[in-house]
Amino acid sequence: MSLIDSISFPRSFRLPRLDGLVQWIVPFAIIAIWQVASVTGFVPTRVLPAPSDVALAGWKLLLSGELVRNIWVSFWRASIGFLIGGSIGFAFGLANGLSQLSAKLTDTTLQMVRNVPHLALIPLVILWFGIDESAKLFLVALGVFFPIYLNTLHGIRTVDPQLIEMGRIYGMTDSELFRRVIFPGALPSIFVGIRFALGIMWLTLIVAETIAASSGLGYMAMQAREFMLIDVVVLSILIYALLGKLADSASRVLERATLSWHPAFQKR
Amino acid sequence: MQTALRTSLPETELASRANFTPHARVVHEERQEERQVQATGLPLSIRGLRKSFGDNEVLRGIDLHIPAGQFVAIVGKSGCGKSTLLRLIAGLDKIDSGSISFGDEVQAEDVRVMFQEPRLLPWARVLSNVEVGLGRDRSSSDAHARAEKALTEVGLADKRDQWPSVLSGGQKQRVALGRALVSRPRVLAFDEPLGALDALTRISMQRLLERVWRDQGFTAILVTHDVAEAVALADRVLVIDEGRIAHDVVVNTARPRERGSVELAGLEGSILSHLLSADDRT
Repeated sequence: MSLIDSISFPRSFRLPRLDGLVQWIVPFAIIAIWQVASVTGFVPTRVLPAPSDVALAGWKLLLSGELVRNIWVSFWRASIGFLIGGSIGFAFGLANGLSQLSAKLTDTTLQMVRNVPHLALIPLVILWFGIDESAKLFLVALGVFFPIYLNTLHGIRTVDPQLIEMGRIYGMTDSELFRRVIFPGALPSIFVGIRFALGIMWLTLIVAETIAASSGLGYMAMQAREFMLIDVVVLSILIYALLGKLADSASRVLERATLSWHPAFQKR
Repeated sequence: MQTALRTSLPETELASRANFTPHARVVHEERQEERQVQATGLPLSIRGLRKSFGDNEVLRGIDLHIPAGQFVAIVGKSGCGKSTLLRLIAGLDKIDSGSISFGDEVQAEDVRVMFQEPRLLPWARVLSNVEVGLGRDRSSSDAHARAEKALTEVGLADKRDQWPSVLSGGQKQRVALGRALVSRPRVLAFDEPLGALDALTRISMQRLLERVWRDQGFTAILVTHDVAEAVALADRVLVIDEGRIAHDVVVNTARPRERGSVELAGLEGSILSHLLSADDRT
């Protein structure tokens, strides 16, 4: 979804200024149809509880404080894991993009590791770290590392060599060249990496929490399944969707703020 | 037509200079004096310059003297080595053998290049792009003021806070010119700077180039494939063929020059016929 979103539509295809609301029409329509289907008995509540029941379950959990605590725990794990994996990926991307030696030394290894599905490491990670925080952080960091590494590297390698030559002619030092030319040139690509990484971040965290955790959203969903609380299971899934949307919007705000020079992000 | 055209091989350059009509020489010297007062242009001496890329010898011994403040155009077929010569003068490539010397101790800020592409930083506002041209003085306190002045010179003061992406091709090239001018260079090398512009924009850019050159008095070296542009702007047109200077043509027409005048058209025609006859030989 995020990729298609970032492709700008030709002017003539743009809808008039209802944008902010238009995007919510489909999700709300789905919920409305779902509510009707449940109330009329078309969908049995044992298969899928009505949205109103899900909302009620959410309200109860909210009052007990359990919901906020679990969301907070998951959010914390996601952010810390993202920061760790993201910074390491960014650092390797910079190093390998700027230095031939560094690229020769590490790129092959990283490409091999990349092709191992990181979720396949869950059994190993549980053996290493048990089921405490470090296991989840490790998995999220590992998952987030690659999209950020690859896109940072790609961004730096594809900075227009003519601009770099221009910078050198005008006497930029290496650090100035990086600050004024290479980094801003690589930024659009780095953002693509961040948006991919945000998706992988949630996916990894939820899988890790459903398999091995004693708190968090994934754990809440698994507990609910044990007790056949299908409304809580559905609630967790809806919260994932909202959190994913939130992360995507946050990255987009950041993108607009830092890439305002880019024709694709200029206000039309 | 041939009387208006003085051609010479490099070795006979002095002889051909002696053939100037007295009137033309006076005009030339007057202009020189005018520039020496400003003391901005640098003279340029090139001796036995050679350059090859792999087995391909692009420049096969160039000997050339450019007096301070002269406007020299370099024309030639594509692949003749004219851009290579320019890149060597600008210090962008390494010299294989021979030498290029400026009459004075040169700083990096004294020699500037303008390319066919504007090469603006898309993520910097127009004014910051011009500031890039200040080189080591970028962080000085008057950087803003100097950049604004250069931007005014190229007539884009009102675009200072725009992103380059909203400018037209001609405007971008004017910003690039402002960036090249902001450090008050003493030699300015142009590598087909107007090649990508439409005909009308090109003419107004030519006028702008001529104006800033007259105002600032730098030594200008213009590589172009457009012979009409070369004779309209330059004091002297060098025709390069197979890595050597094949012809050295002095253009004495008084400025401001009238575009499409019989005199310029005659010069243009004879330079073109040189280029084409070189073509026939191969």
